[in-house]
Amino acid sequence: MSDAATAPELLTTADGRPLKSALAHAQARNKRRAFYLVLPLLLFVVITFLIPIGQLLTKSVYNTGFYSWKDRDAGVSIPLMVELREWFDETPADAEPDEAAFAALVAGLVHARETKSIGQIGTRINYEVSGSRSMFTKSARKAKDLVPPYKEALLEVDEDWGDPELWGAMRNASKVVTLDFYLSALDRTRNADGDIVKVDEERAVYVLLFKRTLVMSALITFLTFLLGFPVAHLLATLPLRHSNLLMIFVLLPFWTSLLVRTTSWIVLLQSQGVVNDIWVSLGLISDESRLQMIYNQTGTIIAMTHILLPFMVLPLYSVMRPIDPSYVRAARSLGATSWTAFRRIYMPQTIPGIGAGGLLVFILAVGYYITPALVGGSTGQLISNLIAFHMQNSLNWSLAAALASLLLFAVLLLYWLYDRLIGIDNLKLG
Amino acid sequence: MTETAESNVASFVEFRSVQKSYDGETLVVKDLNLKMPKGEFLTMLGPSGSGKTTCLMMLAGFETATHGEILLDHHPINNIPPHKRGIGMVFQNYALFPHMTVGENLSFPLEVRGMGKSEREKKVIRALEMVQMGSFAARRPAQLSGGQKQRIALARALVFEPELVLMDEPLGALDKQLREHMQFEIKALHERLGITVVYVTHDQSEALTMSDRVAVFNDGVIQQLAPPDELYERPQNAFVAGFIGENNKLEGRIEEIHDNKALVRLKTGELIDATPVNVTKPGQDTLVSIRPERVEFKPEFFDEGAHMIEAEVLEFIYMGDTFRTRLRVAGHDDFVMKSRNMMGQRRLEPGEKIPISWHMQDARALEDDNAL
Repeated sequence: MSDAATAPELLTTADGRPLKSALAHAQARNKRRAFYLVLPLLLFVVITFLIPIGQLLTKSVYNTGFYSWKDRDAGVSIPLMVELREWFDETPADAEPDEAAFAALVAGLVHARETKSIGQIGTRINYEVSGSRSMFTKSARKAKDLVPPYKEALLEVDEDWGDPELWGAMRNASKVVTLDFYLSALDRTRNADGDIVKVDEERAVYVLLFKRTLVMSALITFLTFLLGFPVAHLLATLPLRHSNLLMIFVLLPFWTSLLVRTTSWIVLLQSQGVVNDIWVSLGLISDESRLQMIYNQTGTIIAMTHILLPFMVLPLYSVMRPIDPSYVRAARSLGATSWTAFRRIYMPQTIPGIGAGGLLVFILAVGYYITPALVGGSTGQLISNLIAFHMQNSLNWSLAAALASLLLFAVLLLYWLYDRLIGIDNLKLG
Repeated sequence: MTETAESNVASFVEFRSVQKSYDGETLVVKDLNLKMPKGEFLTMLGPSGSGKTTCLMMLAGFETATHGEILLDHHPINNIPPHKRGIGMVFQNYALFPHMTVGENLSFPLEVRGMGKSEREKKVIRALEMVQMGSFAARRPAQLSGGQKQRIALARALVFEPELVLMDEPLGALDKQLREHMQFEIKALHERLGITVVYVTHDQSEALTMSDRVAVFNDGVIQQLAPPDELYERPQNAFVAGFIGENNKLEGRIEEIHDNKALVRLKTGELIDATPVNVTKPGQDTLVSIRPERVEFKPEFFDEGAHMIEAEVLEFIYMGDTFRTRLRVAGHDDFVMKSRNMMGQRRLEPGEKIPISWHMQDARALEDDNAL
């Protein structure tokens, strides 16, 4: 009411309340009810989606392997390598490890053995210097019996303790928050001086896989477009009773297990498989030169194109269906050939569908896992297979998280580009 | 069915025994013969499913005739694709390209004809000014109202200067007032540009207002092809009489027929006078059709010696310029009489009994299609 008094030009209701607040009050109940309706979904999304993504991003820059040990029985976190971390803090990055440093290391090893945390420490350093895990466990076993001077004593246990690269790795690991996993994910590492350099040729796999993933996804997207556009057009122009039947064929793959679809491609494409058999029996190829179409890139591309095809067809169809045939007729009557009418009139009106289908297929393809894992062999693997490897085999979750985050950033970048070029408002998913 | 005597007219558009079937079982268009001179405004009028739109689509080239020939300027065009026919077309939903501006829409037909940019721009502006939309070139179709879209669609169909323009119910989506206004504009454009127009509609008042001639379609056949006044005044059969305008129908049997006069005995026994149209001999069943505005109830206007019959007033509706009276005549409850609101006109009371009559030429005795 004070609003109405101080700003007399405001519209008010009959009893003098500002119209805006009266309106908000009148609508509050409905808004509350609408909010309660979406609340379960909101909670679901937050718990199952946003929190894990947050953890993923955290994990990719945050690793406590060299820093603290969580004692599950006691439920407390025990700080590790306290003395050594202090020494790292006090000395510059390129400092030679002296007797004090070795003494701190030995103290840390003894403590780590007592708390049974030495495995975790070794694993963390092993990410960067391979073979160091066994060195840590071996040395920790003997650490209690070592006597000063610790430098000589430790070098006697394993002379690799003098390796500056190892000390660099330990110095990096002593920082809880690090971008080193992103460096690894981009085939970069720090040398002994702390400079960022490329890793050896034979160990550089991630950039290659990122490139392969993007190129193959783009190719698969293009193939689904090439195959899907005529199908969607046919679906959109056929009378409803025919198009419904055809639509069932398009959707049939959706109702079949992904695993079944992928394995049936193995049956079809393997060298003793159906397709090769037919070609051999037709005399197109000889029995000795059967084509290798599976367990390589070809297999991945064929199977993924097939599996992702509906994601292209459906948005295209939903855009094409309402396009009135009179547009093309009008163009034809105005003097355009059927090709010109298609290119200038029909095609531009399907762009929202092409954009939606393309974006959908591309994003799905970039993160695809099962199909390349089953039919990809060694050349058809995508970045997601490597992420899974680090999740399940090497247990380097931080690196897996960094790789996954990079993938996420790439997709977001693409989304942003799409918004700039075509406009996200033009997207039509169905 | 009816091809009026015009074989000598120099025809610009001609249908020669054209038939069309979509499913190979039924004919949508049955043996269509039609000749149109240059510059004519011809309307194809009929209920939906009567074949009128199919005829238009065959002329435009979007449907192929199952049998027969279509000639444009004496050349058969059956095998010419639509884009080479050079026929302008206005669609029912306008079909303005939504991703182009109004200017781009208009320039499209010129562009595909390979016209230079400056010439294109000149023609687009001229076409827009022709429909009083000169300042709208930069707008998108979505920003236009229905009437504006209609004008643009018209301008687009005319911008490449076709000699023949087809219009498929172009005013169907507009409200009544705008529709009437656009009717006059289209008619005026037709007269100014001297183009030949084939216009399809199911709205009979539209057909009567605009056309030089109207072809009334039903069941794949032209029922009557005639100028509007003839169509209205002298319908050739019961369908046309019923379809064009309001009509009172009285069933009866021919009692006497001679000298272009017929005496009809109605089923309830009364005798009335009528002009025979397609009935020839006494004893034939007939349907006498009389326009509501031609029914008279004041004895001073009756023809001398004309038969009159008694009617009972059921309802009297005041409609401003006219009165509409529903009468019970010869057992029919839906006999309508329209009379002008003149000075001294009195209101008829329900229940009142009045005599009615009409001039003989206004009552047309038609063959009764439904009678066996």
